[in-house]
Amino acid sequence: MRKKYCLLILILILVTRCNEEKECCVQPQFTITLNFTHHWNGLKITPQDFNELKFTNENGERLSIERLRYLVSNISLINGKNYHLIDVGENSGTSITIPELTNESYALSFRFGFSDEDNTDGTYLDLNSVSFSVPGMLGGGYHFMQFDGKYIDNNNEASGFNYHTIKAVDRTDPNNLKFEDTSFEVNLGTIEVASNPEIEIKMNLAEWFKNPNTWNLNELNSILMPNFEAQKMMRENGDSVFSLGVVN
Amino acid sequence: MKKSYIYFFAFFLLTSCSSKEEEIYTPVPYNLEIPALFADKLIAPIIPADNLLTEEGVLLGKKLFFDKKLSGDNTKACSSCHNPKKSFTDQQQFSAGIQGEFGTRNAMPLFNLAWNFDERFAWDGKEFGLEQQALEPVSNPIEMHANWNLIVQKLQESTEYPTLFLRAFGTSKIDAKLVTKAIAQFERTLISGDSKFDKYLLGEISLTPEEENGFNVFMDEAKGDCFHCHGSNNNPLWTDNAFHNNGLDTTFQDLGFGAVTGDPNDNGKFKSPSIRNLAFTAPYMHDGRFATLDEVINHYSEGLQKSSTIDPLMKKVNEGGVHLSLQDKNDLKAFLLSLTDRKFINNPNFQE
Repeated sequence: MRKKYCLLILILILVTRCNEEKECCVQPQFTITLNFTHHWNGLKITPQDFNELKFTNENGERLSIERLRYLVSNISLINGKNYHLIDVGENSGTSITIPELTNESYALSFRFGFSDEDNTDGTYLDLNSVSFSVPGMLGGGYHFMQFDGKYIDNNNEASGFNYHTIKAVDRTDPNNLKFEDTSFEVNLGTIEVASNPEIEIKMNLAEWFKNPNTWNLNELNSILMPNFEAQKMMRENGDSVFSLGVVN
Repeated sequence: MKKSYIYFFAFFLLTSCSSKEEEIYTPVPYNLEIPALFADKLIAPIIPADNLLTEEGVLLGKKLFFDKKLSGDNTKACSSCHNPKKSFTDQQQFSAGIQGEFGTRNAMPLFNLAWNFDERFAWDGKEFGLEQQALEPVSNPIEMHANWNLIVQKLQESTEYPTLFLRAFGTSKIDAKLVTKAIAQFERTLISGDSKFDKYLLGEISLTPEEENGFNVFMDEAKGDCFHCHGSNNNPLWTDNAFHNNGLDTTFQDLGFGAVTGDPNDNGKFKSPSIRNLAFTAPYMHDGRFATLDEVINHYSEGLQKSSTIDPLMKKVNEGGVHLSLQDKNDLKAFLLSLTDRKFINNPNFQE
């Protein structure tokens, strides 16, 4: 009888300990939200600002925005599907929610566009469905950005521009295409996750025309996709485009 | 003896219940046959949860689509302007309504409508959803000019329709909403994806050198640059289903999308139509202004007109366009015609 009691007490202790252990190891989980916002040298841009010749680039050209879609991939905190199309004009994709994070420090980074490894032609059905592909003659894969608008040209007339970024391709020898990966990683530093923060990621559109290459829209306005040198310049200017904004 | 009455009553109740159950007919789910290329390249088609496709619903929709009862004087059906043999157009610049009046827009072809992901229909995007779209032409005074209440009455009084509605929707009480649901079901089955170019993409056949060069002109940003709006080998819809001003006019008689959104920045914008089946869908553009494909190609090559809302994707507007060579123009046309799907226009499931 005594043995039985002892055994019962032992089981009880074990069960309680297990429960305690469980309780002690359940860490609180947090959700973070990445909000992509857009500005022109500090002036906030929303879809309502589209279609107006209200911005002036570093080269002094007045311009408007009519379409702005871009792709980010490999966000450091996401597992699984990890590419996102942001369509500023349609106000879609600008907010990305990442659930189930624990109380830790995280390095926040993402890639603008697709790395060569991910930039596989025709494989992303959602991107195909919104016509974001790149022609096979340019190596296939996907656009990184479609930034279309109008600018006032040297004849004082409004002309269209298509600032489209893709993986750069040198077609000097059509039988021997040379590619350069023009996607790039954006590192936004370390963030502490101890609540459910909203993190602003800012894109300064003026920087696409500014640093280090002052962009002359009268010379480089369209047919930039097959332009190897233009793609490399856009890539260089991309370095200063993104920054970390407000973290709430 | 009393007990036996109770048993009899209970038996009667049970029998009456089971005969009611027999009346409830469960429609058979319709198996939408999605072309391999669509399945490989595109996200799933839009089928509303409250209007799933059924064999009975599609059949009913087809009957309604071809039925002249849907017009005010029983002379026109949907198919009068959307003829399956013409890729569901009528090859007229503008279509005549029941009183001989003409509209101001070209009848759009109907196919692959379930892949219109934004669900804005018509040249100006004024209708949201296929069900909603089907309401308008019936009551439009210069089209079928009918009163929906009278149509419902006609259908309700017919010998066939109440049963067909019962089988499709579980009720024999007909209303306009169910009529348009059935028509939308039929329209979602109109799939065109079996052209020569589709077979080429599937590796089944080769293109001629002209068609191959034409495809390159289409895809080349320095030449046709058609792919930004009209799809590609990775978007076999061959349209972005979006609204663009493609440089037809300097000023606008017809505001198009702008009249719908109320935003002057959308003035002169119209839906990019698919370039499938162009062999059957002349004349072209929202107002059917171009009688031939050559005229269309010439427009993009050297006829662009500047306006405040012209799409920035239109190249070299100040010069009228990119000035394609004659060879490139002819080859581009050859490629466009390789998207002709004769199996679609002859599909017996789509005929009256």
